[in-house]
Amino acid sequence: MKSIVIVGAGECGARAAFGLREKGYEGEITLIGAEPHLPYERPPLSKEGLVDAQGPKHVAELDRYQSARITVLTDAPVEGIDRGERTVRVADGRKLSYDRLLLATGAKPKSFPGQPENAPLVRVLRTHADAAAIRMKLAPGSTLAIIGGGFIGLELAATARKLGAEVVVLEGLPRVLSRGVPEEIAAVVAERHRLEGVDIRCNARIAGIEMREKRALIQLGDGDSLVADLVVVGIGAVPNTALAEAAGLVVDNGIAVDETLCTSDPNIFAAGDCCSFPLGHYGGRRIRLEAWRNAQDQGTLAAANLLGAAEPINSVPWFWSDQYDLTLQIAGLAEGAVTVVRRDLGDGAFILFHLDASGRLISASGIGKGNAVARDIRLAEMLIAAGKRPSPQALGSTETKLKALLAA
Amino acid sequence: MTDNWIEVCAANEIDEEDVIRFDHEGRTFAVYRSPDDEYFATDGLCTHEHIHLADGLVMDDIIECPKHNGRFNYKTGQAKGAPVCVNLKTYPVKVEAGNVFIAVV
Repeated sequence: MKSIVIVGAGECGARAAFGLREKGYEGEITLIGAEPHLPYERPPLSKEGLVDAQGPKHVAELDRYQSARITVLTDAPVEGIDRGERTVRVADGRKLSYDRLLLATGAKPKSFPGQPENAPLVRVLRTHADAAAIRMKLAPGSTLAIIGGGFIGLELAATARKLGAEVVVLEGLPRVLSRGVPEEIAAVVAERHRLEGVDIRCNARIAGIEMREKRALIQLGDGDSLVADLVVVGIGAVPNTALAEAAGLVVDNGIAVDETLCTSDPNIFAAGDCCSFPLGHYGGRRIRLEAWRNAQDQGTLAAANLLGAAEPINSVPWFWSDQYDLTLQIAGLAEGAVTVVRRDLGDGAFILFHLDASGRLISASGIGKGNAVARDIRLAEMLIAAGKRPSPQALGSTETKLKALLAA
Repeated sequence: MTDNWIEVCAANEIDEEDVIRFDHEGRTFAVYRSPDDEYFATDGLCTHEHIHLADGLVMDDIIECPKHNGRFNYKTGQAKGAPVCVNLKTYPVKVEAGNVFIAVV
């Protein structure tokens, strides 16, 4: 094999590129990104990165790509894949040949019906450029309206409060963090935001957004309205599948891959936010994840499998979020749980364990100050991966160390 | 450097295969007890985002950062892959009369 091309220079693509060298591959590696930056970490964009207002935090600096002989093309959107001649076409006209291709094209923010286009006061948060534009509008006395009470929206709310802005969060559902976060934990997060002065409005309907001079007027479904200096829409993301679709690859809520991350073309793999995959620990259920750890894990796995290792996906979904001094961590998927056990760790920190009908641990969600829940969530992740059926009593009592349950 | 031995704690205050945080004169360290009952010390903060490693998980000779799962061999300080690429500094440790000491240099 002489040439591997990676389309998408985010966390996942960068991880895969370095992973190929770590696995001993000696051929060409070309990592192609549409943004003007080297691959950078996206998680800080809604958190401390927004406060620092520094440049993006690179996954690796240029010298590391150079010494690993990885060619990074920035500002280079890919326009097409020719699977017959095995080439990708870059916007500037260049054609690159591949023996194996990895699609790590990520996801893009969803918009809502009627969302104004090209409106500088109505933004999303996905890229460093998005963050920089948002940062300019956050100051004491300004008002930020966030549409969507998910991770991005709430992390941004916490950061905006830190910068002194007034914040309103408009959530369409009856509570925040309804996707994947247990209600008991979401309630802790919502309460903290209220204490910090964030106006969270659930069951909100957006009837329309109009521009009024230098501000945005949001008309709500209940007849109320509010004026904001900036509106940020954070209502989820959709996978970037256009390239794959145009090339005739199977797409099913993301570029469909098998358990080895291989697409419907044996020479093309996909990994990270852009792909949907069967999750072994959960009966082969097809899911798609938008998560930093998943991007890393799948990038590393893709590197091995591009080289023919045929290793199956074996990781447990894991997410985290930082808001104020609180950190929330979730391992596994709670859907299908019949038993919930609470473990209190002191100083308000706690973990909820979810077990299925057979007693198997399928998920653990924790919240606390700093890294109070981190160690136990990591152990829970290992218990989930090992298919353990720990006793609810043991999970609920800090007398029992989770490490002991792992050995049992 | 043997002049700089600093007492950390009683040896039995660290569980086997575990870690504690130790702060001294404005610096922070992580002090480990391995599964085979040896003691080690490293800088206390992860080289990725300055998180206290003592909140992380010790498995065999690996400490894993609680925040982003950066992994280090705490015996050698070696970074074990993404997201960490800078090794941890390690410090000499001794146990005397049931107490753990580290040599801060």
